[in-house]
Amino acid sequence: MIQQILFALVSILGFGLAGRQFMKIRRNILLGGEEDVSGNAPQRLRNMLLIAFGQKKMFKRPIPAVLHFILYVAFVITQIELIEILIDGFTGQHRVFATSLGGFYTFIISFIEVLSLGAFIATFIFLIRRNALTIPRFKKPEMKGWPTLDANLILLFEIILLVGIFTMNGTDTVIQQNNLDPAHYPNTGNLAVSSWLGPMLFGGLSFESLQILERAGWWLHILMVLVFLNYLPHSKHLHFLLACPTSRGEMENMPAIMNEVKSMMGIGGDDAGTDMAMEEELPEFGANDVFGLSWKNVMDAYSCTECGRCTSVCPANITGKKLSPRKILMDIRDRATDIGKKLDSGLDNYKANPEAPLTKDNFDDGTNLFDHISREEIHACTTCNACVEACPVLINPLEPILKLRRYEILTESAGPADWLPMFTALENTGAVWSMPTPRDQWATDMVSEQAESN
Amino acid sequence: MSKSLVPTMAQMASEGKEPEILFWVGCAGSFDARAQKVTKAFVKIMQATEIDFAILGNEESCTGDPARRAGNEFVFQMQALQNIETLNMYKVKKIVTACPHCFNSLKNEYPTLGGHYDVIHHTELLQQLIEDGRLKLEGGGTFQGKKITYHDSCYLGRVNGVYEAPRKVLEELDADLVEMKRCKTNGLCCGAGGAQMFKEDEPGNKRINVERIEEALETGAGIIAANCPFCLTMMQDGVTGKNKENEVMVLDLAELIVDQIN
Ligand code: SF4
Ligand code: SF4
Repeated sequence: MIQQILFALVSILGFGLAGRQFMKIRRNILLGGEEDVSGNAPQRLRNMLLIAFGQKKMFKRPIPAVLHFILYVAFVITQIELIEILIDGFTGQHRVFATSLGGFYTFIISFIEVLSLGAFIATFIFLIRRNALTIPRFKKPEMKGWPTLDANLILLFEIILLVGIFTMNGTDTVIQQNNLDPAHYPNTGNLAVSSWLGPMLFGGLSFESLQILERAGWWLHILMVLVFLNYLPHSKHLHFLLACPTSRGEMENMPAIMNEVKSMMGIGGDDAGTDMAMEEELPEFGANDVFGLSWKNVMDAYSCTECGRCTSVCPANITGKKLSPRKILMDIRDRATDIGKKLDSGLDNYKANPEAPLTKDNFDDGTNLFDHISREEIHACTTCNACVEACPVLINPLEPILKLRRYEILTESAGPADWLPMFTALENTGAVWSMPTPRDQWATDMVSEQAESN
Repeated sequence: MSKSLVPTMAQMASEGKEPEILFWVGCAGSFDARAQKVTKAFVKIMQATEIDFAILGNEESCTGDPARRAGNEFVFQMQALQNIETLNMYKVKKIVTACPHCFNSLKNEYPTLGGHYDVIHHTELLQQLIEDGRLKLEGGGTFQGKKITYHDSCYLGRVNGVYEAPRKVLEELDADLVEMKRCKTNGLCCGAGGAQMFKEDEPGNKRINVERIEEALETGAGIIAANCPFCLTMMQDGVTGKNKENEVMVLDLAELIVDQIN
């Protein structure tokens, strides 16, 4: 009985706290503006399934891909067991499904065990890879401190979770094999791993010790799941839940600009009007803060795994420029979290208009995304799409970079001075260079060249 | 004024004709001395294979790609809407271009602005011509057995997924095609994209084209084949910087082919 009450308290608290944090992240993501995701739904769904189940892109680097795949599947499948743990916990029963599901139960739990064993090995390899081997993308400046600790912590949690599972199943097996209390410990059949690992580890122990260990393993399991859920919002491993596909290379047309250009050129589209000129304030173009990005961009930032594959293929980064696409994502996430905290504080000095309440539309803390991401970084991008191609969770790091560039050029009229002659040439002559010769001079030249060679 | 060998859409229209395909030359192909050679080579190939084509001539304007990548959406849309008006006026259906940046804009970005065309890159056209038997290369020509490496441009490769057509064209040369370590989806940028062509680099250890050219030289190839006027410039700069300009040639696919049909 005490156990049941304790369980109810712990799990309600655990799930509740985690839920609150997820709501906050949802709020932070929605700091970003709208995004049209209606288009191409089947393609998106297909992509999503491919990442989730196939880890499609990761297979470009097969070793970590296989390891990740094991971890991912083990993590997802293990959660089936959670259903039973919850029912057991609230009702005070033990393995409710064991008897009713019979052989199928043995199959499921065995399946989980095999995956868990794989996950155990994968986790160890990861720990070694990350800490003992020198893989350059794990050692970049933006990985100092927390991100590396984060990666190690999650691996540690995974190990504790797995220890919990095997302790719980192993001791249970020994209890069943010795027929110590068949009424309370139903027959689970021969579990794939515990049927040999259990006796090996817990063979000679007394019934009491076995009972205590079994409970300890069970509690460790559910506690780790709750810790995991509460830790997730602070961690890059949010990508477990958020990874969702992106379109590549294509850029949205900015309708406000299109109307302006059309009216300037005298092309009468249906909605080509003078809305913009009539507005009192000039609208802002591009993004200088999270508010100017789309929610999809912010969600990308929250689902970035910080794996650094993007940075390791970025030509700018490879040649020693400051730009690192991973850092761009991390900066966006940090800024969104920062704004979220400031909104929660309700303080007056974050208000743009002191009379109105503090909301995301009435927010000004005197800083913006450019305080995190320098101009030097965004100028170095060649828009080569290598980062987009490399990202295993289909994040598009290029999109926010281009939005920042747009802000700089269109709203601030700033940006690299070298670009000005190019813009001027385009506006005046329709070519990227101002040239005195006609555009098809080469064709005229061909005639004389052929005459010469004849 | 001497009569041009290359008809413009305006001339064709005045004779009541519509060419099969429009050759989109682009800013580099029109004005850059190096890229002009590619333009001329490609025109010669099209003439030799009797393709019914025309250019826009002075009615062509930059697609706006560099402005868009730099963040200047305003200038991009001005260029794009202007071009779409011209293209639609001539009822253009099919376009070929030797520039992957023009290719990408015309193919992927113009449709949402009202310009719908069937756009192919010149390396794809070359491959089709070979496949259809319209373009016959003298087997055992100049390149037989020579090492050629191929540099994927970002906007033809990664962005548009065209990796095989240019490689098939190169295979026709009977040359020894050697890949660089980073190729196809993993290909390294030449450093020109994103309007970098028009500005100085940010501080770093190295220029991007140097990084790329070192990789290309490692293959031991005497010819670096490219498909983009900006890549050509960048790669040539890299080769010259390494004082290899007498040993290693940087050439567009059209230039490699045109030498074989004369
Ligand atoms: S698109 Fe920009 S950020 Fe992404 S890899 Fe290329 S240069 Fe780096
Ligand atoms: S953006 Fe993608 S590739 Fe880059 S660090 Fe994040 S998850 Fe990895």
